[in-house]
Amino acid sequence: MNIKLLLTIAKSLLLARWRQTLVAAIGVTFSITMFITLLSFMSGLNDLLDGLILNRTAHIKLFNEIKATKDQPIDLSDKFKSSYHFIHSIKPSNARQEIYNNGAILKALHSDKRVKGIAPKIIAQVFYNVGAIDITGVINGIDVEAENKLFFFNDYVTAGNYIDLLNVPNSIILGKGAAEKMLANIGDVIQITTPKGDRIQLKVVGFFQSGLVELDKVQSYCSLATTQKLLGKSSNYITDIQIKLNDMTTAPVLAKEYANTFGIDAEDIQTANSQFETGSSIRTLISYAVGITLLIVAGFGIYNILNMMIYEKMDSIAILKATGFSGKDVNTIFVVIALSIGFFGGLVGLLFGFGLSSVIDQIPFNTASLPTIKTYPINYNPKFYTIGITFSLITTYFAGLFPARKASKIDPVVIIRGK
Amino acid sequence: MSPIVLQAKGINKSFHDPITIQILKDINFTVNKGEFVSVIGKSGCGKSTLLYILSTMDTDFEGELLIDGESTRNKKEGQLALVRNEKIGFVFQFHYLLNEFSVLRNVMLPGLKLGKYSEEEVEHRAMQKLKILGIENEAHKMANQLSGGQKQRVAIARALINDPLIIMGDEPTGNLDKKNGKIVFDIFQELAQEFKQTLLIVTHDNEFANSTDRIIEMEDGRIVKL
Repeated sequence: MNIKLLLTIAKSLLLARWRQTLVAAIGVTFSITMFITLLSFMSGLNDLLDGLILNRTAHIKLFNEIKATKDQPIDLSDKFKSSYHFIHSIKPSNARQEIYNNGAILKALHSDKRVKGIAPKIIAQVFYNVGAIDITGVINGIDVEAENKLFFFNDYVTAGNYIDLLNVPNSIILGKGAAEKMLANIGDVIQITTPKGDRIQLKVVGFFQSGLVELDKVQSYCSLATTQKLLGKSSNYITDIQIKLNDMTTAPVLAKEYANTFGIDAEDIQTANSQFETGSSIRTLISYAVGITLLIVAGFGIYNILNMMIYEKMDSIAILKATGFSGKDVNTIFVVIALSIGFFGGLVGLLFGFGLSSVIDQIPFNTASLPTIKTYPINYNPKFYTIGITFSLITTYFAGLFPARKASKIDPVVIIRGK
Repeated sequence: MSPIVLQAKGINKSFHDPITIQILKDINFTVNKGEFVSVIGKSGCGKSTLLYILSTMDTDFEGELLIDGESTRNKKEGQLALVRNEKIGFVFQFHYLLNEFSVLRNVMLPGLKLGKYSEEEVEHRAMQKLKILGIENEAHKMANQLSGGQKQRVAIARALINDPLIIMGDEPTGNLDKKNGKIVFDIFQELAQEFKQTLLIVTHDNEFANSTDRIIEMEDGRIVKL
């Protein structure tokens, strides 16, 4: 009853000064709108930039690094057990990039619950023959379907159909840059030289554009079988296993585990791409800082307006107190006024913020390096909306608290006798 | 002998700014139920100060104040607010209505705050009080649309809404012309006689005071005549 009464009084005071109320609410609305838009846009950009690398990077990559073995023959000798060994000019011997026993490893990974998917891969160094000139290149032999499922391969194939890699024998999808250098069109046949010196002809079925120009000048894609054939290897030859996990954050731990279990090198995404994490977290920090500053400024607006309202309503406050409303009641009334400005202003702000980000989402944004992006990226994460409304309530609460305390301390005798 | 509604025991009050001046000196008196008491005295004799102490709004004094037999000494601000709400009706020189509300709502507010009756009942009671004061037709107007005399009557209705033990008035006719002053006075008289309402009115209008049951006369912070 009491609370309901205080609410109706707060409402009447608010509506009696609806212009001021509106101005205060617009302040909150504006800041929430900007907060939502800024964060959605910023975070959309972050996701885009991260996705550029992270989407196409395996969470864990299993491979054989070419390096000298850690265990040298002298270590096995009992005679020199307690000595320190100086060995010079160690060279890796018998280096094979192939992953041994990969059938068993793939099987073990398939049955691992933490793994979302795996895509085996062969990396082959080749030369693209352009007339008399050889250009260095890399052919990625991929499991076309798995690659598409896990790494959105199709998104980056700008011309041609990715599945033709499987359907057309001896086919290749060329990097856009490489294709331009070779003046190759879809349907053309290009010639490459393998590291062993064999010349092989491949049919171009598509172009690939990753967004990283340097990469596109070098990289091309073939199916696993085609790559095995051009390297002259058997059908169980693979050099990399790319793993996507259900939870990316467990990658460093799992990478160690796999390295031990399979006796193989494993690299996790956090180690390989640590700079992206840093970049996006700093961008996020900046957008939050700007957004919260906007809200605090709106809070000062509310503080001013409530202060003014209290001076205007001095008489009313005095009489409320004289007729039996306690300081706490008066305090509640003004806090309710502030909170309702914050709540309704914030709510409208959320709507406007959503609207504005939708508008930005429609603005064309074409760049050669980002083939899949047609408009500005926006992240409609409900988290921003929750944070927005929470902060608008918190700032308006504090903006209202101090004027409300002042109002609750008004001595009715001073006001009433002052007349 | 009717029960004692209000009792002042040795009340002293001083202002300390800029120099200490004693405003009230050893005030002792009682008000019985159903009495119509007026307090008179020259300007500055401390009668209004006394009234604000008696109304519990001013707590900065020495001595003891008993309302309905209970001391106000050790009560907190919230408890005193409750005492004012339930037991004291106040009529000021200026009406102090809330312009944001209708007349009816203004009268209802202290009743709703008390929460003893449901909203419908409080509304019904408010209408009754307005009827007693002859302004029931103005009930749904906004407070600022009324004339001065009407506003003061609304203020009296507001003071009556919780059936208080005592109504206190600080020059309730001071701001009104003779005709409206007369109306307000008649209302007080009617309340005292018909409804046995206890009234304590501060005034400097001797004519007003002479028609009350009892006059307390003050001079220089002392009661000179009970």
